[in-house]
Amino acid sequence: MSDIRKELKYLSSHEWARIEEDGTVTIGITDHAQDALGDVVFVETPEVGSRVAVGEEAGVVESVKAASDIYTLVSGEVVAVNEALQDAPETVNSSPYDDGWFFRVKPDDLSELEEALDAAEYRELLESDE
Amino acid sequence: MGNKTALYATHQAMGGKLVDFGGWDMPLHYGSQIEEHHKVRKSAGMFDVSHMTVVDVTGNDAKAYLQYLLANDVAKLDSLLGKALYSGMLNHEGGVIDDLIVYNLGDWYRVVVNCSTREKDLAWMNQVAEKFSVVITERPELAMIAVQGPEAIRIASSLVSADQAAVIASLKIFQGLPAGDLFIGRTGYTGEDGLEIMLPSEKAAVFWQALADAGVAPCGLGARDTLRLEAGMNLYGHEMDEGISPLAANMGWTIAWQPAERDFIGRPVLEAQKAAASTQKLVGLVLRERGVLRAEQIVSVDGSDEKGVITSGTFSPSLGYSIALARVPRSIGSHCQVEMRGKQVTVEVVAPNFVRNGKAVI
Repeated sequence: MSDIRKELKYLSSHEWARIEEDGTVTIGITDHAQDALGDVVFVETPEVGSRVAVGEEAGVVESVKAASDIYTLVSGEVVAVNEALQDAPETVNSSPYDDGWFFRVKPDDLSELEEALDAAEYRELLESDE
Repeated sequence: MGNKTALYATHQAMGGKLVDFGGWDMPLHYGSQIEEHHKVRKSAGMFDVSHMTVVDVTGNDAKAYLQYLLANDVAKLDSLLGKALYSGMLNHEGGVIDDLIVYNLGDWYRVVVNCSTREKDLAWMNQVAEKFSVVITERPELAMIAVQGPEAIRIASSLVSADQAAVIASLKIFQGLPAGDLFIGRTGYTGEDGLEIMLPSEKAAVFWQALADAGVAPCGLGARDTLRLEAGMNLYGHEMDEGISPLAANMGWTIAWQPAERDFIGRPVLEAQKAAASTQKLVGLVLRERGVLRAEQIVSVDGSDEKGVITSGTFSPSLGYSIALARVPRSIGSHCQVEMRGKQVTVEVVAPNFVRNGKAVI
């Protein structure tokens, strides 16, 4: 079973969200997702200052095997993106929850996260797919 | 669960991510296909290719049979014992049944064909054999390990007997010889120097472990595909199939038109295609920006309504950007458009070869 972090929220499309101390929300993809994708070669992140919305494609992660759209768990303004992924996309594989983060959002409404899955629900989802 | 080679348990023990390949459970990678790719280009990596089909051809008519069966001419191999060539095996419509390597071992020949085409190939070879005095014998008891890269031959030689090492040292590129209970070919599917070693199945696991202990990296199908594509090598079912002429698959160089009197299956159709320049052609594509070219993406060419298609595409670890092979109209120029995820992207057209001996050729 892949690594699942207790404190994060999840989408069934295998993105995670972490609420930072300053109230912004960091978004990335899960260990399960990086394993399924294989070696990541390109990452497309939204522009700082642009808006992302729940349910709309916010970025793209491309591996040797396939390209996959990335979705945000909260709508809002993008305040930071992980530039390191441009030169070292493999960081997504080696550190999906830490150094491999994609972008950070100033959320319009944090309560949107209540729609997302918690760690136990995400684990159940992965187990039911096996 | 599919067929398993003699190395299945070894792949599991070494952390192989097993996937289905043509009905066989094979390792896609052992952690990172990109790292495995780099190991082959920089030092040495090894592939379990035991799933491939080995067929020996014996009998008085062996040479005449193969000269009729294959588009390339085994007479080219008469000059050197063990010499091998790459050829298409065509049907009467000039389409490709399979691509293969054949070794001349004096009074017999060894043919290596693909795994996914095994039943079809054997049925065809046996049917054609009816008119010749030959015996077709499959060798399923042999495992095969490909050791590839600049350090491959040195390391493999250090692990075999003195006699076997002497045979290895004598091999020219594209030559293979028996050596004890091994059959060793200086061939490969990576664009690097190296060996493809056939051995009794029951000895495969020990030999693989010895190679691993000596520093050869286990490599899976993912790396195998990026390596062969960088080297401009075809994959049956992608660049060609029974509906595709070798002339549309960058295999024109494998057709031995001379001597003109040599009849081979598919010859009349090919001659007409050549005269009319009527087929599409296979080219290389290069995308130096972000994005990965993928099989089945549609290619558009200036000044033509006729479309092309990408037959194989990938990210090239050695180059750092995406490359592809594509079957396109002959009128194609230096650039074309590829439809990628709903957008038209301009890509560069090159000859179908990207990396040789570790260096970019584009």
